[in-house]
Amino acid sequence: MPRKLSNPFSSSTMSSERRPSHSKGNRLAGFFSKSKEQQAVSHHQGASPQMAGSPSPLPTISLSAVGGEELNTDEPPTTLFEPPSADEAKSQERREAQFGPLLDVNHLYISAHQGGPLETPIEDEPAYYFVLTTYISYLLLIAFGHARDFFGKRFGDKKHYQSLKVFNGYAPLNDDFDNFYVRRLKLRLDDCFARPTTGVPGRYITLIDRKSDDFNRTYKYTGTYTQTLNVSSYNYLGFAQSEGPCADAVEECVRKTGLSFCSPRADSGTSELALEVEREVAQFVGKPAAMVFSMGFVTNAGSFPALVSKGCLIISDELNHASIRIGARLSGAVIRSFKHNDMGDLEKKLREAISQGQPRTHRPWKKILVAVEGLYSMEGTMVDLPGVLALKKKYKFFLYVDEAHSIGALGPRGRGVCDYFGIDPAEVDILMGTLTKSFGANGGYIAADKHIIDGLRMSNAASLLGESATPSVLMQILTSLRLITGEIAPGQGEERLQRLAFNSRYLRLGLKRLGFITYGHDDSPIIPIVLYHPGKMSAFSHEMLKRKISVVVVGYPATPLISSRARFCLSSAHNKEDMDRVLAACDEVGDILQLKYSTGIAGGQEPLPDGVTPEMEKEWRRANGLEGVIKPPRWKLDDVIERGVQDAKEQLR
Amino acid sequence: MDLPEAQAHVNAWLQEASTTFQKVPGSAVLIRYVRSSYQNDPVRSAIELVLVIFFIRYLLAPSYSTSKQNYVKLTEDEIDELVEEWTPEPLVAAPTAQQEAEAEKLPVIVGPTGPKSKLANGKTVTNLASYNFYNFNANEQIKEKAIQTLRTYGVGPCGPPQFYGTQDVHMKTEADIASYLGTEGCIVYAHSFSTISSVIPSFCKRGDIIVADRGVNYSIRRGLEISRSSVKWYNHGDMAELEQVMRKVVQEQAGKKLTRRFIVTEALFETTGDINNLPKLIELKEKYKFRLMLDETWSFGVLGRTGRGLTEAQNVDPSQVDMIIGSLSGPLCAGGGFCAGAKDVVEHQRVSSTAYTFSAALPAMLAVTASECINLLQSNPEILVQCRENIRLMRAQLDPRSDWVACTSAPENPIMILAFKPEVVNARRLSVDDQERLFQECVDETLANGVLITRLKTMPITQHAILKTNLYTVTPALKVCITSGLSKKDIEKAGVTIRHAITKVMTRKTNNKLGLPAA
Ligand SMILES: Cc1ncc(COP(=O)(O)O)c(C=O)c1O
Repeated sequence: MPRKLSNPFSSSTMSSERRPSHSKGNRLAGFFSKSKEQQAVSHHQGASPQMAGSPSPLPTISLSAVGGEELNTDEPPTTLFEPPSADEAKSQERREAQFGPLLDVNHLYISAHQGGPLETPIEDEPAYYFVLTTYISYLLLIAFGHARDFFGKRFGDKKHYQSLKVFNGYAPLNDDFDNFYVRRLKLRLDDCFARPTTGVPGRYITLIDRKSDDFNRTYKYTGTYTQTLNVSSYNYLGFAQSEGPCADAVEECVRKTGLSFCSPRADSGTSELALEVEREVAQFVGKPAAMVFSMGFVTNAGSFPALVSKGCLIISDELNHASIRIGARLSGAVIRSFKHNDMGDLEKKLREAISQGQPRTHRPWKKILVAVEGLYSMEGTMVDLPGVLALKKKYKFFLYVDEAHSIGALGPRGRGVCDYFGIDPAEVDILMGTLTKSFGANGGYIAADKHIIDGLRMSNAASLLGESATPSVLMQILTSLRLITGEIAPGQGEERLQRLAFNSRYLRLGLKRLGFITYGHDDSPIIPIVLYHPGKMSAFSHEMLKRKISVVVVGYPATPLISSRARFCLSSAHNKEDMDRVLAACDEVGDILQLKYSTGIAGGQEPLPDGVTPEMEKEWRRANGLEGVIKPPRWKLDDVIERGVQDAKEQLR
Repeated sequence: MDLPEAQAHVNAWLQEASTTFQKVPGSAVLIRYVRSSYQNDPVRSAIELVLVIFFIRYLLAPSYSTSKQNYVKLTEDEIDELVEEWTPEPLVAAPTAQQEAEAEKLPVIVGPTGPKSKLANGKTVTNLASYNFYNFNANEQIKEKAIQTLRTYGVGPCGPPQFYGTQDVHMKTEADIASYLGTEGCIVYAHSFSTISSVIPSFCKRGDIIVADRGVNYSIRRGLEISRSSVKWYNHGDMAELEQVMRKVVQEQAGKKLTRRFIVTEALFETTGDINNLPKLIELKEKYKFRLMLDETWSFGVLGRTGRGLTEAQNVDPSQVDMIIGSLSGPLCAGGGFCAGAKDVVEHQRVSSTAYTFSAALPAMLAVTASECINLLQSNPEILVQCRENIRLMRAQLDPRSDWVACTSAPENPIMILAFKPEVVNARRLSVDDQERLFQECVDETLANGVLITRLKTMPITQHAILKTNLYTVTPALKVCITSGLSKKDIEKAGVTIRHAITKVMTRKTNNKLGLPAA
């Protein structure tokens, strides 16, 4: 099994470098860069290896600058009188690669709603020119794609087009049309996805280097590894660790309890351990009872059919996760959707549904279930829970909140959106969540009143027929939960929660000040920045990788056509230095790729002068003739870092 | 206003309209076109005009959706009133008495599961209710490997496979399974129950045709339901009817655009335990050009000399089966499921199979466990021989000797499905609910005598409102799972216990009001 590299920033310069000449010179043609690149790819197939996103052994200046600087500042702050022995140093380095040390007690913040209604984040838009060129890029891509399909199917390499054509009496396995996106758009950036990794996905993540000589159709492994800063895993509370209390407990559990319970819950897969986890989860989220599943996806996919059926209505946020949509479809209920987080639209849909009744017969609905997510993983927005609950009082629907991303990640005690808004969990009927993310385990849970859980236990297919969670996973859940509540190692859980909240606000503020358009609410640990052009997705991902940061980029069809984005998922395992490293990299890459789109309406403004409080801002602006004057924020990196800690803890502006 | 004045007005207005119109870029072309066309063929101009008007009307018309067709217009107050009046049903119906009783009696395992398991009530019982057929759960070597993995990877991969959740151990497990089975590739899912439910809709779309066995399990039914394909059924295990259905499909489709066609079935059936006829399936599929999706969830690691499943047991080249779906969470004591097949088939799922793309990857330690168990099976096929010997022993105790139940499982299937003999059902006029209740009593009685067995869970299939085109009813049954971890003596003793418990339940005063069976 491959071992981790000893130093995160050394040695693999050669493997992560790609195209030294991409930068600076491209500035002018920035927005065209991708279309050009794509044309290049489509025209001279096999000509330019540099396009394929494979590492080439050329170091660049920019990396050594960033890396070198980091190397110095990254020295552990253990300047005690006795230097640690080599072994100790190694194990400390390993530990810190999974969970970074907190650098200053100031770098903490409590995640909580500041009162008042939840404001919808202002959505900034770039200059018209960028929007237009984005559409043109897509048009070009699509036109080229179709042209290549047309000729390819007739004259192209048989191997590549076989699966699209009738072959030997079989219809093609892939629909030409369905598959178009995958072949013609995704393949171009395929090397930004599914990058294989090894080791713990903690503060750093080790990528297994690969390259492609045939435009991402196949990959070759170069045998080298790159340790990168991990702003891509859903490791919110930093429980992805191979040592520490969790791993110790899991090891003991495997020795004592074995590998699996080898049976569905309803047969002989119910263990004392599972019941204990369910009790703790219920207590943690503040519900009388809970049940645990071995997969988060199936928790949704299996529970909707057990809750609603024909004659019922599910009203679902339009951006809900695939698992909710599949569960809803399996349930046999009628499904409608409302605009993302738009309470006005939800109310409209509710009024129409209740007053019109079921389609055709006008019979009243048996029940209405509104399904929302606590924190949306592609947008970084939080559900407007107070708004939904106000409607719930009036319209008597049942509420299902999927806390996949919010449990652990939000709220002063990490207990999700209810905790964040200071709302009694009893007001929400069903709290669902996954244990895959904040808890570093696997699986999902459903928490509700006891009679609901008892009913679900007997009717949920996933618990009657699906495999039960394994002892190792259960123990990871149990231990991480106890760490969060402070039952084990008091103080540690709290620190994790507050570090995550600080990191989230600090990075978001920094990105806004640098001039990026970010999506989502300020306290959200998911921070998407918008890239717009399809070509910038792969360019951004590669540029960040060059700076040893692994990021997730997403585009159509996971997002609207126009708003391709990169997404940062923060973690308690990061510290301020890591955030600064991300900011520095974004600053550079943002200049190279022209990503600083923001107009300033969504924040990143200059701080108010001394003595002017946010309440006085309006007056102060009037007095100084600054009414309606909004400057596009383009702060210098040094200023961002200098003011960041202080400003992140106040209301972001 | 008199006529000439009005005429002047209209003229002036027309004049103005035409000058403005001429200012619009491109108008000259249009005018020229209309003029020349009018000159050549006035009728055509008229028709074109009508068409244009029609088109504009069509564009401006409100779009109708079916839900709006009998929309009732109401005032806000009326709506408020209706909202006020509406009362929903409770979210979850109160559990029935039987469900409650069952929930209470659900055995709770303390410590590890094994051939002998300790229950929360303090008793140690013989566990014949778990899929721990080879007792890999107690294998120290595998545990050690799992712990090593834990110390390198932690527990969860904290992300879906497409976003940095793919670890080298997953790739290794995939390669191991592929080479074990002899397929080109393999993809590992994080959950076995969800695997086939997700594989089916990733290939089968609206308009495609699926021919499926009526007896397929609930996961497959879910997959069929989500796929929105047109599903045709053939009677459980009836190859002649399968051929008929396939022939009919081919005839009906002749001359139309070729659509994808699939046969979906199981190797060992979950609800009946019997075995499929793979050579026949292959023959038919090649004859009629269908693709075959074979659910080997219950046969992977079970059938064949080294446990490779139905292909090995019936000597079929695995590359002839388009998709083989299996589980890593049963006898392999790991977690997750997989789909093996050609490279195209596998890669397609990585982007379009929902349970793969939208869910976190399998924990590394479970992936390694699966690899290790496959290794063990491959290098020590006698493990399987031992288990089969135990199956034979148990069967001898139950099937020929019981007056009440018969085993429908294949002889090599360690999951023995025991259903009431038809004459018992007839003589006592047992409804499905009666049978379920009696079997639950058998389970309780057996447990009271120190043997843990279970009952087939039919509820999802019978109650969830999916696939009503399939009228198949699942027969209630007892489920006895054999393990090689028990000695001959233990197995025989457990067999006697089960047989006696069944007899005791069936001859209870409260239960035999309807008289003894004829045979
Ligand atoms: C909102 C939501 N629900 C459910 C899931 C599925 O959880 P799991 O990865 O544990 O299957 C996810 C995961 O991405 C999610 O984002």
